[in-house]
Amino acid sequence: MASAPTEPPDTPADDAFSTAMSTGTLTSGPLVSRLETVALVALGGFAGANLRHAVALVAPGLAGTLVANVCGSLALGFVLYEEIYGGTLSAETRVVLATGFLSSFTTYSTFAVQSAQSRPLLLAANVVANYALGFAAVLAGRALARRATGGPQR
Amino acid sequence: MTDPAYLVGAGGVLGALARTLVGEYVVLDGVPASTFAVNVLGTFLLALLTLSHAGNDLALFLGTGFCGSFTTFSSFSVETVRLWETGEYGRAAANALGTLAAAGVAVALAALLVRAL
Repeated sequence: MASAPTEPPDTPADDAFSTAMSTGTLTSGPLVSRLETVALVALGGFAGANLRHAVALVAPGLAGTLVANVCGSLALGFVLYEEIYGGTLSAETRVVLATGFLSSFTTYSTFAVQSAQSRPLLLAANVVANYALGFAAVLAGRALARRATGGPQR
Repeated sequence: MTDPAYLVGAGGVLGALARTLVGEYVVLDGVPASTFAVNVLGTFLLALLTLSHAGNDLALFLGTGFCGSFTTFSSFSVETVRLWETGEYGRAAANALGTLAAAGVAVALAALLVRAL
């Protein structure tokens, strides 16, 4: 719904993706909408970090990070392509889910440091696994978004 | 003794807000510069914490919470796929490999720094 005041008025319609990546701003717009963005990002960040921590307790080390990154990539792929295909999620839902929860649930730093601390063969396998499965998960999320919205069947 | 959920959660809140701020200030046309920046910077910080054997509470708050949430794999993978499917193959590959290489350099720099101190 109405996050319009915080967006540039001349955003091209076909540039929904970059809009989706930047929906919700901390530094522009009315104070109330900034505070709302802070609350949504904070809520998502609190939950996302704790769920990632819980996954790491169940599956310590490389495996838990891989699971979080792949599942989060699938969900974020769905949320962002759903917007590109003219979906119905509100701007607030997108901020709390995408910017807050999913971006915090997944992590590059843990992936990178864990990889660096692994033996060369495991390091290579871990990088390939995170990258290949992460990208594949985004495509799966895109396919789900197309199915959900009847979006372009390119 | 603070509940780990609050340490991780508080770090997660700050990391997510800091990432959002970086996203509003670091903007380059046609390349996901802000995601690159948070991922490399966050990797450097986490490597410093890990290699200097930070205490448990600090590791939960700053490492798992802040660095984990400040950096993001999902935005990285979505943005890379998006570059690729819009025909920006070079930029997609540069983003994927460049982030990896820069993160590797960040870990190495952190290791040098920890050893020097």
